[in-house]
Amino acid sequence: MGEPEDGAKPKRVVFVTVGTTCFDVLVKVVDSQEVKDELLRRGYTHLLIQMGRGSYVPTKSTGDDGSLDVDYFTFSSSIADHLRSASLVISHAGSGSIFETLQLGKPLIVVVNEDLMDNHQSELAEELADRKHLYCARPQILHQTIAGMDLKSLLPYSPGDATPVAKLINRFLGFPED
Amino acid sequence: MEKNNGFCVSNLSSNLLITCFIALITTVLFRVLYVIYRTGKPLSKRASRQPLSTLIVLGSGGHTAEMINLLLVLQKDRFAPRFYIAAATDNMSLQKARVLENSLADSSGVKRVSAEFMQIYRSREVGQSYVTSVWTTLVAMAHALWLMIKIRPQVVLCNGPGTCIPLCVIAFFFKVCIFPSNEFCFVLPFALDETDMVFPAKEKKKDKLKFINISTSKKIGVSHFSCKFCLQVVGIRWSSIFYVESIARVKRLSLSGLLLYKLWIADQFFVQWPQLQRKYPRAHYVGCLM
Repeated sequence: MGEPEDGAKPKRVVFVTVGTTCFDVLVKVVDSQEVKDELLRRGYTHLLIQMGRGSYVPTKSTGDDGSLDVDYFTFSSSIADHLRSASLVISHAGSGSIFETLQLGKPLIVVVNEDLMDNHQSELAEELADRKHLYCARPQILHQTIAGMDLKSLLPYSPGDATPVAKLINRFLGFPED
Repeated sequence: MEKNNGFCVSNLSSNLLITCFIALITTVLFRVLYVIYRTGKPLSKRASRQPLSTLIVLGSGGHTAEMINLLLVLQKDRFAPRFYIAAATDNMSLQKARVLENSLADSSGVKRVSAEFMQIYRSREVGQSYVTSVWTTLVAMAHALWLMIKIRPQVVLCNGPGTCIPLCVIAFFFKVCIFPSNEFCFVLPFALDETDMVFPAKEKKKDKLKFINISTSKKIGVSHFSCKFCLQVVGIRWSSIFYVESIARVKRLSLSGLLLYKLWIADQFFVQWPQLQRKYPRAHYVGCLM
């Protein structure tokens, strides 16, 4: 998991990502004492927030006093690196972020943005939660999800395959099968 | 007397006009019904190995990732040249497509297969008012029409962004209506039943165009007159429209998907979750693309 830091507790990063959206509710909720306490209790040491287009600015903290180390940024071209070095990912419900995280085999909690007009995004998160690939939470109950989650019970996601579509398209267009 | 005569002439001409009008409407109606009937019916076995020009409509974020996954497994030599279209406000998607095309060129070692990248105006941005969106929709439609006339694709691949709707509707109307051009793919609805695709042969003579039925390779001579007549009842381009519903749609189709499904515009409609296939039986369940 994380590498030891100064011989002290191993570094375990929680990476929060909202993609290109504006999801202040999520940023606010992970910045709340309730959630931060819960993360600390579960053994996480760092909280890194990608806040996207949101306007709520979380409070930075160095974590010297045994509290959570909190840092944030708006956008980055190296989201994949952040995901790779994370021990837990908390993400918005966009399919891009969800599958990128799952394909890296990282434990994931998806928080559904209830303010979106046409909230079809919860469909995907709920389906994948039913299939035990991730946890799906509402912002208000995020701390309960963190407290109750059992990461060992999550099933790894095997990446999908586009060949059935390609086959059907080829057959439809009259190309020989090979 | 004179008045009466004039009345007669105008009556006659108006009768003629109405007859012509009815004939036109009937022809168009037949054509539309025929196109709808043909939609979803596979094309016959391809005799030639000629590649098909392909239009790929890119969406944002997740949509593009799914499309790229599909493109990775498609035989690139069959789908060429490729035209990529994304919303004018979306630079990321075209960038990803460029990366894909560059990697293809690198790995194959051959000279770059022709791929073009274009942007299209969106009819409505998020949060735009409805009054101004009337104007922007018109501009977007005109722009889509212009791009489609330039591209005239044989294959349209799309997977969800709203930008694909005007393009697919235009592709559908290309199957129905008339537009003069010199590199036609003629669609003769009633003369041929073996296949719909009739390509003009290379050997063009002054007033005689030769057509080859691609399934039988039979040559069909068509006089200039009947050629002109054909123009009026046949399509500009017969394209096959493939729609892949986004992986994010588990229980309900997106608006774009619903429109293309209900209006019988998509030739083949793919869904990534079994729940949707149960609800929309004409759709093909293909499993997850991601």
